[in-house]
Amino acid sequence: MAYTAKITVTLRESILDVQGKAVEHALLNLGYASVDSARIGKYIEVRINEAEQGEAERICNEICLKLLSNPVMENYSFLLEQVN
Amino acid sequence: MADITVGVVVFPGSNCDHDTMHAVASFEGVKPVMLWHGSHDLEGAKVILLPGGFSYGDYLRAGSIARFSPIMQEVVEAAGKGMPVLGICNGFQVLLESGLLEGALSRNRDKKFLCRNTFIKPVNCSTMFTSLYSEDEVLSIPIAHGEGNYFAPPETISSLMEYDQIVFRYTDALGRVTDEANPNGSLGNIAGIVNRAGNVLGLMPHPERASEKLLGSDDGRRLFESLFRQL
Repeated sequence: MAYTAKITVTLRESILDVQGKAVEHALLNLGYASVDSARIGKYIEVRINEAEQGEAERICNEICLKLLSNPVMENYSFLLEQVN
Repeated sequence: MADITVGVVVFPGSNCDHDTMHAVASFEGVKPVMLWHGSHDLEGAKVILLPGGFSYGDYLRAGSIARFSPIMQEVVEAAGKGMPVLGICNGFQVLLESGLLEGALSRNRDKKFLCRNTFIKPVNCSTMFTSLYSEDEVLSIPIAHGEGNYFAPPETISSLMEYDQIVFRYTDALGRVTDEANPNGSLGNIAGIVNRAGNVLGLMPHPERASEKLLGSDDGRRLFESLFRQL
Protein backbone atom coordinates (compact mmCIF):
# COMPACT_ATOMS: atom_id res chain seq x y z
CA MET A 1 0.00 0.00 0.00
CA ALA A 2 1.20 3.49 -0.78
CA TYR A 3 -0.03 7.03 -0.90
CA THR A 4 0.73 9.86 -3.26
CA ALA A 5 0.95 13.15 -1.45
CA LYS A 6 0.05 16.08 -3.68
CA ILE A 7 1.67 18.99 -1.91
CA THR A 8 1.18 22.68 -2.60
CA VAL A 9 3.53 25.26 -1.13
CA THR A 10 2.57 28.92 -1.36
CA LEU A 11 4.06 32.15 -0.12
CA ARG A 12 2.26 33.62 2.87
CA GLU A 13 -0.12 36.46 2.07
CA SER A 14 2.14 38.95 3.81
CA ILE A 15 5.08 38.12 1.52
CA LEU A 16 5.33 39.98 -1.77
CA ASP A 17 5.07 37.42 -4.57
CA VAL A 18 7.06 39.10 -7.33
CA GLN A 19 6.55 36.26 -9.80
CA GLY A 20 2.81 36.32 -9.17
CA LYS A 21 2.79 40.10 -9.69
CA ALA A 22 4.59 39.74 -13.03
CA VAL A 23 2.07 37.13 -14.19
CA GLU A 24 -0.83 39.25 -12.94
CA HIS A 25 0.41 42.22 -14.98
CA ALA A 26 0.90 40.03 -18.04
CA LEU A 27 -2.68 38.73 -17.77
CA LEU A 28 -4.03 42.26 -17.44
CA ASN A 29 -1.96 43.30 -20.46
CA LEU A 30 -3.53 40.42 -22.40
CA GLY A 31 -6.89 42.02 -21.76
CA TYR A 32 -8.20 39.85 -18.94
CA ALA A 33 -9.54 42.81 -17.03
CA SER A 34 -11.33 40.64 -14.50
CA VAL A 35 -8.14 39.00 -13.32
CA ASP A 36 -7.66 40.28 -9.83
CA SER A 37 -4.49 38.59 -8.65
CA ALA A 38 -2.07 35.78 -9.41
CA ARG A 39 0.06 33.94 -6.89
CA ILE A 40 2.75 31.43 -7.79
CA GLY A 41 3.54 28.48 -5.60
CA LYS A 42 5.13 25.06 -5.90
CA TYR A 43 3.55 21.72 -6.54
CA ILE A 44 5.37 18.63 -5.29
CA GLU A 45 4.33 14.98 -5.57
CA VAL A 46 5.78 12.52 -3.12
CA ARG A 47 5.04 8.82 -3.02
CA ILE A 48 4.99 7.41 0.49
CA ASN A 49 5.07 3.66 1.01
CA GLU A 50 3.02 3.30 4.18
CA ALA A 51 0.08 1.06 4.94
CA GLU A 52 -1.67 3.45 7.33
CA GLN A 53 -3.03 6.74 6.11
CA GLY A 54 -2.36 8.33 9.51
CA GLU A 55 1.32 7.47 9.27
CA ALA A 56 1.54 8.76 5.70
CA GLU A 57 -0.05 12.02 6.89
CA ARG A 58 2.38 12.32 9.77
CA ILE A 59 5.37 11.84 7.45
CA CYS A 60 3.95 14.30 4.97
CA ASN A 61 3.51 16.99 7.62
CA GLU A 62 7.02 16.32 8.88
CA ILE A 63 8.72 16.63 5.46
CA CYS A 64 6.71 19.74 4.65
CA LEU A 65 7.89 21.44 7.83
CA LYS A 66 11.44 20.14 7.65
CA LEU A 67 12.31 20.61 3.98
CA LEU A 68 9.56 21.26 1.47
CA SER A 69 8.36 24.57 2.89
CA ASN A 70 9.94 27.34 4.92
CA PRO A 71 7.38 28.10 7.64
CA VAL A 72 8.79 31.61 8.06
CA MET A 73 7.42 32.67 4.67
CA GLU A 74 5.40 29.79 3.23
CA ASN A 75 2.28 27.76 3.90
CA TYR A 76 1.69 24.22 2.70
CA SER A 77 -1.27 21.96 2.15
CA PHE A 78 -1.58 18.46 0.73
CA LEU A 79 -3.95 15.81 -0.49
CA LEU A 80 -3.21 12.14 0.07
CA GLU A 81 -4.33 9.69 -2.57
CA GLN A 82 -4.14 5.97 -2.12
CA VAL A 83 -2.29 4.11 -4.87
CA ASN A 84 -2.23 0.38 -5.45
CA MET B 1 52.56 30.18 16.44
CA ALA B 2 50.67 27.78 14.20
CA ASP B 3 48.44 29.21 11.51
CA ILE B 4 44.73 29.53 12.24
CA THR B 5 42.79 27.14 10.01
CA VAL B 6 39.75 28.67 8.36
CA GLY B 7 37.31 26.29 6.68
CA VAL B 8 35.56 27.39 3.49
CA VAL B 9 32.66 25.03 2.81
CA VAL B 10 32.19 23.92 -0.78
CA PHE B 11 28.70 22.84 -1.79
CA PRO B 12 27.88 21.66 -5.29
CA GLY B 13 27.04 24.99 -6.90
CA SER B 14 29.16 27.22 -4.66
CA ASN B 15 30.87 29.76 -6.89
CA CYS B 16 32.47 32.24 -4.49
CA ASP B 17 34.50 29.58 -2.70
CA HIS B 18 37.74 30.40 -4.53
CA ASP B 19 37.27 34.16 -4.10
CA THR B 20 36.74 33.60 -0.40
CA MET B 21 39.83 31.35 -0.21
CA HIS B 22 41.81 34.07 -1.99
CA ALA B 23 40.63 36.79 0.39
CA VAL B 24 41.34 34.68 3.46
CA ALA B 25 44.75 33.53 2.24
CA SER B 26 45.93 37.13 2.05
CA PHE B 27 45.97 37.36 5.85
CA GLU B 28 49.16 36.43 7.60
CA GLY B 29 48.86 33.50 9.99
CA VAL B 30 45.67 32.22 8.41
CA LYS B 31 45.44 28.99 6.46
CA PRO B 32 42.25 28.45 4.47
CA VAL B 33 41.08 24.93 3.71
CA MET B 34 38.21 23.84 1.54
CA LEU B 35 35.66 21.63 3.26
CA TRP B 36 33.60 19.40 1.01
CA HIS B 37 29.86 19.31 1.71
CA GLY B 38 29.81 15.51 1.89
CA SER B 39 32.39 15.33 4.65
CA HIS B 40 31.88 15.27 8.41
CA ASP B 41 35.40 16.55 9.04
CA LEU B 42 35.98 20.23 9.87
CA GLU B 43 39.75 19.54 9.53
CA GLY B 44 40.67 21.52 12.61
CA ALA B 45 39.05 24.73 11.39
CA LYS B 46 38.60 27.44 14.03
CA VAL B 47 36.30 29.51 11.81
CA ILE B 48 33.79 28.40 9.18
CA LEU B 49 32.94 30.46 6.13
CA LEU B 50 29.93 29.61 3.96
CA PRO B 51 30.55 31.19 0.58
CA GLY B 52 28.18 32.56 -2.04
CA GLY B 53 26.82 30.66 -4.99
CA PHE B 54 23.89 28.46 -5.79
CA SER B 55 24.26 25.46 -3.51
CA TYR B 56 22.39 22.47 -4.90
CA GLY B 57 21.25 24.69 -7.75
CA ASP B 58 19.07 26.68 -5.32
CA TYR B 59 16.52 23.90 -5.92
CA LEU B 60 13.37 24.13 -3.82
CA ARG B 61 14.61 27.26 -1.99
CA ALA B 62 18.05 28.84 -1.75
CA GLY B 63 19.99 27.02 0.97
CA SER B 64 17.22 24.56 1.79
CA ILE B 65 19.03 21.41 0.69
CA ALA B 66 22.54 22.52 1.66
CA ARG B 67 21.48 22.73 5.29
CA PHE B 68 21.08 18.96 5.40
CA SER B 69 24.50 18.18 3.94
CA PRO B 70 26.88 16.22 6.22
CA ILE B 71 29.27 19.16 6.73
CA MET B 72 26.41 21.40 7.86
CA GLN B 73 25.53 18.99 10.67
CA GLU B 74 29.07 19.54 11.98
CA VAL B 75 28.89 23.31 11.40
CA VAL B 76 25.60 23.60 13.30
CA GLU B 77 27.01 21.60 16.19
CA ALA B 78 30.26 23.61 16.27
CA ALA B 79 28.34 26.91 16.05
CA GLY B 80 26.31 25.80 19.06
CA LYS B 81 29.58 25.47 20.97
CA GLY B 82 30.64 28.97 19.98
CA MET B 83 32.68 28.51 16.80
CA PRO B 84 32.54 31.63 14.62
CA VAL B 85 30.57 31.07 11.41
CA LEU B 86 30.26 33.63 8.64
CA GLY B 87 27.74 33.14 5.84
CA ILE B 88 27.99 35.32 2.76
CA CYS B 89 25.08 35.59 0.31
CA ASN B 90 24.10 31.97 -0.36
CA GLY B 91 25.91 31.21 2.89
CA PHE B 92 23.49 33.59 4.65
CA GLN B 93 20.60 31.75 3.02
CA VAL B 94 22.01 28.44 4.29
CA LEU B 95 22.35 29.86 7.83
CA LEU B 96 18.72 30.98 7.83
CA GLU B 97 17.50 27.64 6.50
CA SER B 98 19.57 25.77 9.07
CA GLY B 99 18.06 27.79 11.91
CA LEU B 100 21.38 29.28 13.03
CA LEU B 101 19.91 32.67 12.16
CA GLU B 102 16.30 33.83 12.25
CA GLY B 103 14.17 35.00 9.34
CA ALA B 104 14.09 34.19 5.63
CA LEU B 105 15.14 35.63 2.29
CA SER B 106 12.65 35.86 -0.55
CA ARG B 107 12.93 37.21 -4.08
CA ASN B 108 14.13 40.73 -4.62
CA ARG B 109 11.15 43.05 -4.76
CA ASP B 110 11.86 44.23 -8.32
CA LYS B 111 12.23 40.61 -9.54
CA LYS B 112 15.77 41.18 -10.82
CA PHE B 113 19.00 39.45 -10.01
CA LEU B 114 21.14 42.33 -8.78
CA CYS B 115 24.88 42.36 -9.32
CA ARG B 116 26.17 45.79 -8.39
CA ASN B 117 27.79 47.84 -5.73
CA THR B 118 25.85 48.81 -2.61
CA PHE B 119 26.54 51.00 0.37
CA ILE B 120 26.05 49.45 3.76
CA LYS B 121 26.50 50.75 7.25
CA PRO B 122 27.73 48.73 10.18
CA VAL B 123 25.13 49.44 12.86
CA ASN B 124 26.63 47.21 15.53
CA CYS B 125 30.42 47.33 15.85
CA SER B 126 30.59 45.35 19.05
CA THR B 127 30.48 41.97 17.28
CA MET B 128 33.54 39.83 16.63
CA PHE B 129 32.97 40.46 12.91
CA THR B 130 32.75 44.25 13.01
CA SER B 131 35.06 45.42 15.80
CA LEU B 132 37.37 47.21 13.33
CA TYR B 133 34.52 49.22 11.81
CA SER B 134 32.95 52.38 13.12
CA GLU B 135 29.23 53.07 13.14
CA ASP B 136 29.94 56.44 11.53
CA GLU B 137 31.28 54.99 8.30
CA VAL B 138 29.67 53.82 5.10
CA LEU B 139 31.10 50.77 3.37
CA SER B 140 31.13 50.12 -0.36
CA ILE B 141 30.53 46.39 -0.86
CA PRO B 142 28.89 44.64 -3.83
CA ILE B 143 25.84 42.40 -3.86
CA ALA B 144 25.01 39.63 -6.34
CA HIS B 145 21.73 37.91 -5.60
CA GLY B 146 18.19 37.26 -6.74
CA GLU B 147 16.81 36.31 -3.35
CA GLY B 148 18.03 38.77 -0.78
CA ASN B 149 14.79 40.29 0.42
CA TYR B 150 15.08 39.78 4.16
CA PHE B 151 11.86 38.99 5.97
CA ALA B 152 11.01 38.03 9.53
CA PRO B 153 7.79 38.26 11.51
CA PRO B 154 7.39 41.40 13.68
CA GLU B 155 8.20 39.55 16.90
CA THR B 156 11.50 38.34 15.41
CA ILE B 157 12.38 41.84 14.22
CA SER B 158 11.63 43.18 17.72
CA SER B 159 13.88 40.62 19.33
CA LEU B 160 16.66 41.26 16.77
CA MET B 161 16.45 44.95 17.73
CA GLU B 162 16.29 44.25 21.43
CA TYR B 163 19.42 42.10 21.39
CA ASP B 164 21.25 44.34 18.93
CA GLN B 165 21.47 41.59 16.31
CA ILE B 166 21.09 43.77 13.22
CA VAL B 167 24.65 44.34 12.07
CA PHE B 168 24.46 45.88 8.58
CA ARG B 169 21.83 48.00 6.84
CA TYR B 170 21.72 49.17 3.21
CA THR B 171 22.18 52.92 2.96
CA ASP B 172 22.90 55.58 0.38
CA ALA B 173 26.43 56.91 -0.09
CA LEU B 174 25.90 59.27 2.84
CA GLY B 175 24.85 56.52 5.20
CA ARG B 176 21.14 57.32 5.20
CA VAL B 177 18.83 54.34 5.58
CA THR B 178 16.26 55.12 2.88
CA ASP B 179 13.91 53.07 0.78
CA GLU B 180 15.72 54.20 -2.39
CA ALA B 181 18.93 52.75 -0.97
CA ASN B 182 17.26 49.41 -0.31
CA PRO B 183 18.23 47.20 -3.27
CA ASN B 184 15.97 44.23 -2.65
CA GLY B 185 13.11 45.22 -0.35
CA SER B 186 14.61 43.85 2.86
CA LEU B 187 12.67 44.79 5.99
CA GLY B 188 14.33 47.76 7.65
CA ASN B 189 17.07 47.72 4.97
CA ILE B 190 18.61 44.75 6.78
CA ALA B 191 21.74 43.49 5.01
CA GLY B 192 23.21 41.33 7.76
CA ILE B 193 22.36 39.91 11.17
CA VAL B 194 24.14 38.04 13.92
CA ASN B 195 22.79 35.36 16.25
CA ARG B 196 22.14 36.21 19.88
CA ALA B 197 25.34 34.51 21.05
CA GLY B 198 27.27 36.69 18.60
CA ASN B 199 29.27 33.98 16.85
CA VAL B 200 27.20 33.49 13.67
CA LEU B 201 26.92 36.31 11.13
CA GLY B 202 25.08 36.24 7.82
CA LEU B 203 25.06 39.01 5.23
CA MET B 204 24.04 39.38 1.60
CA PRO B 205 26.84 41.72 0.42
CA HIS B 206 30.15 40.09 -0.53
CA PRO B 207 33.04 41.32 1.64
CA GLU B 208 35.43 38.98 -0.22
CA ARG B 209 34.69 40.92 -3.41
CA ALA B 210 35.74 44.12 -1.67
CA SER B 211 38.87 42.94 0.05
CA GLU B 212 41.59 44.65 -1.97
CA LYS B 213 41.92 48.01 -3.69
CA LEU B 214 42.36 46.34 -7.06
CA LEU B 215 38.73 45.20 -6.81
CA GLY B 216 37.53 48.77 -6.36
CA SER B 217 37.09 48.63 -2.61
CA ASP B 218 38.76 47.02 0.34
CA ASP B 219 35.98 47.92 2.76
CA GLY B 220 35.14 44.25 3.25
CA ARG B 221 38.61 43.37 4.41
CA ARG B 222 38.16 44.54 7.97
CA LEU B 223 35.30 42.11 8.45
CA PHE B 224 37.72 39.19 8.02
CA GLU B 225 40.41 41.04 9.93
CA SER B 226 38.07 41.71 12.89
CA LEU B 227 37.23 38.05 12.98
CA PHE B 228 40.77 36.68 12.66
CA ARG B 229 42.08 39.05 15.34
CA GLN B 230 39.76 37.48 17.90
CA LEU B 231 41.42 34.10 17.48
